[in-house]
Amino acid sequence: MGEKATIIVHSGDMDKLYSALIVANGALAMGMEASLYFTFWGLLRLKKGGLEKGPLSKMHLLGLGKRMIKGRMDKTNVASLERLVADFKELGGKIIACEMTMEIMGIAPKDLDEGIIDAYGAVGTYIQEARDSSITLFI
Amino acid sequence: MAEIKVDVRGETCPVPLVEMRKALRKAALGDVLEIIGTHPASKKEIPMAADALSVKVLGVEQAGDEWVIRLQK
Repeated sequence: MGEKATIIVHSGDMDKLYSALIVANGALAMGMEASLYFTFWGLLRLKKGGLEKGPLSKMHLLGLGKRMIKGRMDKTNVASLERLVADFKELGGKIIACEMTMEIMGIAPKDLDEGIIDAYGAVGTYIQEARDSSITLFI
Repeated sequence: MAEIKVDVRGETCPVPLVEMRKALRKAALGDVLEIIGTHPASKKEIPMAADALSVKVLGVEQAGDEWVIRLQK
C-alpha cells in the first residue's frame, strides 16, 4: 500500500464512467488506494438511480448508439457500472462528491446515492487526495 | 491452510483482477488461491498484480482457452 490513484470524474458520459471505474478498480486490485472525485456532469451519475443514465460521449444518436454499445457490452460480458461501483467500494475505494456542483445544480445530499459517498468536499479535498497520489487523471 | 477457488471464466476486464483481489483480501496468510479464467490479458496481469502485492505465484497453466493461476498469500 502507500501508492494511490485519484481520478476526477467530470464527465457524466457512460463510456467515460467506465474508463474511470475500470482504472480505479484496477488500481485497487493491484494494491493501490483509489479515490474518485465526482464533479459537474460526473456528479449527476451519483444521483439516485443515475449511475447507468449517462449518454455515450460519441455516436449517442439519441440513445440508439448507446443501445447498440450496451448490446455489444452485454454480449462480451462487460460488468455493469453498478457492479463496478460495488466492487470499488468493497475493495476500499473512496467516493467524494463535489459540494460546489451540488450548489450550482441545486442537488441536496438526499438526492444522491448517499450510501456510496464517503465524503463531500471541495478543491482542497481533491488536492489532499492528489498530492500523495502517483496517478491522477481527469476524465 | 485453505485452498480457495475463484472462477472467472467468461469474465472480462477488470473483473478477473478485481475478483482475485477480493479473494486475496479474505484469504489468510498461507492460503492458496486457484483462479481459473479465459480473459487473455488477465493471464499476464494477475501475476503482475501478485508481484505488486508481494503474493507468491505458484504457477500459470494454459489448457485450450482456459488458464489456471495459482497464488499463495
